[in-house]
Amino acid sequence: MKLSTLTLVVSVAAGSAMAGPIAPADVVFTEYGAVEASLSGQPGDAANGAKIMTTKSTGNCIACHEVSALSEAPFHGNVGPSLDGVADRWSEAELRGILSNAKKTYEGTVMPAYYKVDGFTRPGNAYTGKAAEGALDPLLSAQQIEDVVAFLSTLKDE
Amino acid sequence: MKFKAMTAIAALAVSAPALLLADADDDTLIVNGEIEMITKAPAPEHLSGVLDEIVSGWHMRSDETQVMQADDFDNPGMIYTEQALDDWNAVNGTKGKSCASCHGDVEESMKGVRAVYPKWNDSKEKVYTMEMQINDCLTDGMGADAWKKSGAQMAAMEALISVQSRGMPMNVAIDGPAEATWEWGKELYYTRTGQLDLSCASCHEENYGNHIRSDHLSQGQTNGFPVYRLKNAKLTTVHGRFKGCVRDTRAETYSPGSDEFVALELYVASRGNGLSVEGPSVRN
Ligand code: HEC
Ligand code: HEC
Ligand code: HEC
Repeated sequence: MKLSTLTLVVSVAAGSAMAGPIAPADVVFTEYGAVEASLSGQPGDAANGAKIMTTKSTGNCIACHEVSALSEAPFHGNVGPSLDGVADRWSEAELRGILSNAKKTYEGTVMPAYYKVDGFTRPGNAYTGKAAEGALDPLLSAQQIEDVVAFLSTLKDE
Repeated sequence: MKFKAMTAIAALAVSAPALLLADADDDTLIVNGEIEMITKAPAPEHLSGVLDEIVSGWHMRSDETQVMQADDFDNPGMIYTEQALDDWNAVNGTKGKSCASCHGDVEESMKGVRAVYPKWNDSKEKVYTMEMQINDCLTDGMGADAWKKSGAQMAAMEALISVQSRGMPMNVAIDGPAEATWEWGKELYYTRTGQLDLSCASCHEENYGNHIRSDHLSQGQTNGFPVYRLKNAKLTTVHGRFKGCVRDTRAETYSPGSDEFVALELYVASRGNGLSVEGPSVRN
């Protein structure tokens, strides 16, 4: 574990010298809402992805989804479908697309777009209820999206 | 207090065993053993094709929370009505008047009032919430200072006035001169806001009955307001609740008392036409 973290840090440093992450406005979606290219250009860390999904201040995915593999975290909601076996249903590119902007896959869905920064009505400054100051940050960073995609890719029934 | 709540639970368990079901969906609410509450009703006509049935948020709460509302001694919101009764009778302002000077006994003069608010005010030529009317009475009628919009004193007075209509069905008018405001409120209800891009309907129409984290989503009805929330141990007004819900979409909220929230209050109240006035209700 320690070793792999170290390797990751090294490769992140090397990668960022070459190309930065893809900005939200530059993400290319296929006709069906998938995103082929890694947003960060780096592999995702599944363990960190799991943490993001259960943390209220970041992904908070379990607010709407049940995930058996994350059952130690309390209170899974059921606004969206269970994510068990989701990697059997969707490819990595499709999962990346659903996370970046689920509306490109599901028209009119209530699932928030995690990698989108414009086109909102009355965007606020996080959860303060006040107006946003300056440009918005996406709900998750490019690397956080890749981490969650990596975790979702482990959710296979078969 | 603890003892009392327990006795009440025991008494209810005997008379209505259904109360022990986890979802508590078929429970009935009878306050003080005498006021029968309509907590489920056919949806008003303007919701045809959208909802068949309207349901009070009371049904979505735990048995422990539900039972607190069944007896005024266990309902923490009732204490505020006593404070408000003092305000009702207190002389305040340059004209030497109290609410009672003009309105007399609150139990008689305010019966049925809560059920029809917000409503069109002919002389002001706009839709008025009860708060706006109370503040006009304070400033114009009494020569006193207005109370803070959605503040504690206002919430308490709204609770006192709501109690006089408990059990009566909500019946706000949406046609005639109020229609334009109602239409605007409807538009606001369906407008997605904030970085989460959610409208009131995303949660309270499309997902009512589902859980978002630990919260059991209700239809977001206003018939129970003001609401005593166990979470912060005080009364919450309609606009206070709206503000929290809009904030939770990562949006810039509207202010309590704003024209937007007045229009939204009228529209949301009309979605509850037919449900009993419950205020002050108890929620988590
Ligand atoms: C506000 C609720 C909500 C939140 C928060 C949310 N989702 Fe969703 N999600 C949905 C809904 C609803 C759907 C189903 C699409 C539809 O029909 O609208 C969905 C669909 C999905 C799907 C496709 C599921 C399948 O089985 O086909 C995936 C994958 C997914 N979400 C992942 C996530 C992840 C990861 C997060 C957190 C970063 C997240 N969701 C946060 C509501 C939500
Ligand atoms: C000087 C007399 C006067 C005083 C004092 C007064 N009011 Fe009023 N109030 C009125 C009048 C007149 C109306 C009817 C206004 C209208 O229809 O335009 C009214 C209407 C109301 C209504 C709406 C009733 C309805 O059927 O629509 C409420 C609620 C109310 N007052 C509350 C209060 C409260 C609370 C106080 C004390 C803080 C108070 N009033 C003090 C004169 C007064
Ligand atoms: C992200 C989901 C979400 C959105 C969007 C949302 N709410 Fe809510 N709302 C909640 C939750 C959770 C509660 C507490 C549980 C319940 O009663 O549903 C709540 C409670 C309420 C209540 C109290 C109901 C009661 O019986 O005590 C009202 C009224 C309400 N919301 C109105 C609104 C309005 C109006 C909007 C749009 C401006 C809105 N909500 C948007 C999640 C949401």
